[in-house]
Parts: sequence; C-alpha cells; structure tokens
Amino acid sequence: MIRIGVLALQGAFLEHQAILKHLGAETFQIRKPKDLERKIDGLVLPGGESTAICKLLIDLDMMNQIKSKIQDGLPVFGTCAGLIILAKRVKNKSVPGLETMDIECVRNAYGRQLGSFRATSQFEKFGKIPMVFIRAPYITWAGRGVEILAEVDGKIVAARQKNQLVTAFHPELTDNPTVHRYFLEKMVKK
Amino acid sequence: MSNRYELNKNLAQMLKGGVIMDVTTPEQAKIAESSGACAVMALERIPADIRAAGGVSRMSDPKIIKKIQAAVSIPVMAKCRIGHFVEAQILQALDIDYIDESEVLTPADNVNHIDKTKFKVPFVCGARNLGEALRRIAEGASMIRSKGEAGTGDIVQAVSHMRAINSDINRIAAMREDELFAESKNMQVPYELLEYVHKNKKLPVVNFSAGGVATPADAALMVHLGAQGVFVGSGIFKSKNPEKRATAIVKSVTNYDDPDMIARLSEDLGEAMVGINQQEIKILMAERGQ
Repeated sequence: MIRIGVLALQGAFLEHQAILKHLGAETFQIRKPKDLERKIDGLVLPGGESTAICKLLIDLDMMNQIKSKIQDGLPVFGTCAGLIILAKRVKNKSVPGLETMDIECVRNAYGRQLGSFRATSQFEKFGKIPMVFIRAPYITWAGRGVEILAEVDGKIVAARQKNQLVTAFHPELTDNPTVHRYFLEKMVKK
Repeated sequence: MSNRYELNKNLAQMLKGGVIMDVTTPEQAKIAESSGACAVMALERIPADIRAAGGVSRMSDPKIIKKIQAAVSIPVMAKCRIGHFVEAQILQALDIDYIDESEVLTPADNVNHIDKTKFKVPFVCGARNLGEALRRIAEGASMIRSKGEAGTGDIVQAVSHMRAINSDINRIAAMREDELFAESKNMQVPYELLEYVHKNKKLPVVNFSAGGVATPADAALMVHLGAQGVFVGSGIFKSKNPEKRATAIVKSVTNYDDPDMIARLSEDLGEAMVGINQQEIKILMAERGQ
C-alpha cells in the first residue's frame, strides 16, 4: 500500500489525510524528526500559515532532512502554504522555506480574508474542478522544466516540476479528488 | 449556506493546530509572528490589563489595528463588544481577517448578539457549552472558542468549558433521532444544527480554546481535551520572556502528545504571568453573552 506522510505541524492536515484515505492510500502525520524515519512514498505539505510552519520546521530540526528527501526525488504535494514553502523565491517572505522548486510566488496575493474566493477552472487535462482560495498566493514566475497545470484569471495556480506538485488553492476543502488522484497516480506510483 | 460563509469556515480550518496571540503593538505582533503564531489578535489592552483598569472596555482604536495589520503578514483579528454591530462594521471596513465578538469587552447588548450572517468577514465567538456554541453558529459565527476566564492565567474555566462542550456533543450523539426535537427546544438551539452534531459527533465549525492559557503545558492540555488550536491572551506578553514562552507554546501545541519535548520546552521560561484565581476576581467575563 502507498504510504503518504502529511506534515502535521500546523494547518489543515486532517483534510488531506481524509481525501488520501478515501483514494486508498495509507497516511501518517509528521510532527518531529523521528516521524521521518518511517517508510514514505510521498509527502504532503498542507495549507496553514507558512511562517508558522517554516518556523516549526527549523525549530524542530526537520527542514534539512525534508529538503534532501525532496532533492533525492521524494514526490511532494504542497497546497497554499505548502506552495510557498517549496517556492525558490517568495515576495514578502519572513522565514526561509524549503526552496526546492523553480517558481516565484506572492503571499496573500489576493489580499486578506475578504479577498478569499471560490472558482472553477481546468486542471491539466482532467476537466474543470472547484478551487478554494483562502488568503492564497499565486505563482508569478515558473522556471524551465516547470509544467503549468492550472490558471485562474491569467494567474498560475497549479504547477509541477518533476517530483514536486503545488496548488495555490485547496483541493482538500472540496469533494473533488482530482488533484490528489493526480499526485498518487502520476507521481507516487511508479 | 453561502459561499462566503464556507470560505470563512475554511480560514478557521487553516488556523488549526496553531496559536493565536493577543498583541497591543506592531512590535509585539512581529514577535508573535516570528515565534510561529498562526494569527494575532490586535488589542488596545490585553485582558489582564482590562481587568486591572476596570470601567468600560471597547473596540480598539482603528489606528492601532491598522499599524498591526501593516506589521505582519499573518491573519489579524480584532475584538468588538457583544451585540455592537457598528463596531463590527468598522472592523469589516478595516478589512480585518476575523472578528471576535468577545465577552472580554463590556457587552453592548444584554439580549442580542450581532447578526453575523449580515457580514462578509468571519466571526469567532466564545462558548461555555454546546448550547452557547450552537446559538453563536446559528447567528453566523464560523469559528468557536471556549470562553475560559480571560486575563487570569487560570486554566480551570477553559478546561470546564471544553469538557462541557465535548460531553454535550457525546450526549447528543448518543441520543435517539426522535429525541432531538425536544432537545433542541430544551437547549434553545436550531434543530438542524443539533442534527448535524448528532450525525457527525462534532461542531460544524472549528473549535479553539481560550481564556487562561499561561504555560506550554496549559496549551497542550487543551489540545488533549479537544481544542483544535489555542488563543493565548495575557499569558505571553505579561510574562518575563515573551518570545521564548511564545515559541514554547507554539511547539507544545504541535507536539502536545510528547511529554519529553514539553518538559524541555517548559524549562527556564522565566516567570509566568502572575495570575489571579478565579475566586479572587469580581467580574466573571464568561457569564457575559449566553
């Protein structure tokens, strides 16, 4: 069975676990370095506050370990805060993240909570899916080898670079499992 | 339910597993953010000082709120008085991320809470039991917190409220479906919300703990008792070493189930806020707004 580790330092990690379980994957929570010693086929970085999650990654001594696992090819899927943590460049960032993916993003790109919204848009070739944006970022630059998977109003909101998948929106807050299925089937299963 | 209400419940989901800290200045807000707070509550005075000052306590000066909004990138919340919908309108005009309709301020209405369904911004409200929680949700709250007894540094009320909410939930879940009609009358809550609790064995919104958290152990205790996150008011900036204590509380919420780690985190934090026993105080804020 596929085993997905879900970073559970802060944010909406239970929602990811529920949808992954629904798709038949086994999940476990990662809260401290010891949790990284377990067998892991894929990693999810959930939504939450990126500054809080990054601070905890550093303080709990997990940043470098996770970074090297991703650089060694571990499939990773980051939503919202997870996207910010994976991005090489972030506008108005205060705490350093993993910085493994060749993208640049803007935090809180749509403003405060009053700017949060719901949209429906095409995801890769898998049809239109509901997308929930909560104080969300978007991608302002994608480097070579980065595949753009979704756009809303001309802004990049989902992308992939080899073993790294990011969405600015929260597929885990909807009933639609398309993005998680894409992660499991196209990136985790070999 | 409307799209906006769903989005507002969703923001609360993103705050889960986190610590929301009371701050009164941009400097404190920055300390909170760099210590790992998932949001800050912008206030003119923290609850311990509100208690000490006495008199009528109102919404903060918008200027203070704006300065704090400019200082940090995490969500900024602010409090308005119970029932004072104009203070809430002002906070919405300031583009606040969450409004706390709070018993910590002096109530403006002894009967009615704000009709929160009329607002676009989300509201969090305090509750001591399931009845209060569901009444606030019916009025449009998209997040609940236990009331606790703010400004005391005494965890006892937060513990009783969280236990009361959860034992009420268990009781409702165990009921026969045909008993819910009478129970909704008895509890003075809408039937639909009670039915949700019966079916799902949880509140329809995120539930945090607040009021009296002063140590990493207090915070971890509340997570064990079912809190999905923690508000810390006076506990941080009334202590000797706010930054260290804030960081320790954040980490102990994440690793609430690791006593070895919490033992290390609790070491050498400097003096905690002095604290007042619940028996020593004249005003029980938790009794406001039922």
